[in-house]
Amino acid sequence: MSVLEADSEALLGAIRRLLAHKGVLSEGEIAAQRRAPCPGSAASVARAWTDPDYRALLLSDGTRAAEAMNIPMRGMPPLGVLENTDTAHHLIVCTLCSCYPKAVLGYPPYWYKSSAYRARAVRDPRGLLAEFGTLLPQELKIRVVDSSADFRWMVLPRRPSGTDGWSAERLAAIVRPGDMLGVTVPIA
Amino acid sequence: MSFAAGEDVVVRNDWPETRGPAHIRTPHYVRGRRGRVVRPLGAYPNPEDLAFARPAAPRALYHVSFAMRELWPEGGGDEVVVEIYEHWLERP
Repeated sequence: MSVLEADSEALLGAIRRLLAHKGVLSEGEIAAQRRAPCPGSAASVARAWTDPDYRALLLSDGTRAAEAMNIPMRGMPPLGVLENTDTAHHLIVCTLCSCYPKAVLGYPPYWYKSSAYRARAVRDPRGLLAEFGTLLPQELKIRVVDSSADFRWMVLPRRPSGTDGWSAERLAAIVRPGDMLGVTVPIA
Repeated sequence: MSFAAGEDVVVRNDWPETRGPAHIRTPHYVRGRRGRVVRPLGAYPNPEDLAFARPAAPRALYHVSFAMRELWPEGGGDEVVVEIYEHWLERP
């Protein structure tokens, strides 16, 4: 049997055991990589909601703003941050491959790389968002951002109502990776 | 050729992939379509050369927005924003 015919789960298990056996990566390190390092980016969003100077930095230079939250950005493509407002909602996709703001959001969800998500995002964003349970009013313009070249993009979502007086820590806890891609919106 | 924010542009209706091996960061669905420059994004080594390990000169990159009705027959009031290199853009 060739590698191409092997059961993918068995093959993945074998490769993981081999990596551990040879001392390349331990099971613990693999598990750590698979956990999205989202806390830094969620904290960055919460800080932008509570600190106007930081919000200005985040929108003008995402890379420096991420570094200010101790997210390592060295060697990473420049990070652009797009702000959702009461007139525009951003949705991130990469139609050409699977460019993803990995430095801030970790590994992409499985559907982000699917042909269906990539094709539909640029053609029928409202239908696609509805399947994520995100129903936007017609007067709110959707701006689909196709990560086609050298930038990686992240969304600064709108702060949900009912969160007045919340601390940055409490706000960060409600921000999900999907909110920072624009497939969902934060819920208080 | 350089472009300013707010300027109307047309993406070249060119298909280098039909002439041989190519690595292109300009999605097919915007070629030949009219858009508007949102803002310049800086300059980066041309990925079309970088992909083949050739010397890659820096090229200006622009964020360009396209109305859905410019891209698809069913239209709609939304828009798509794409990163496009200067050598793919022309003045209408």
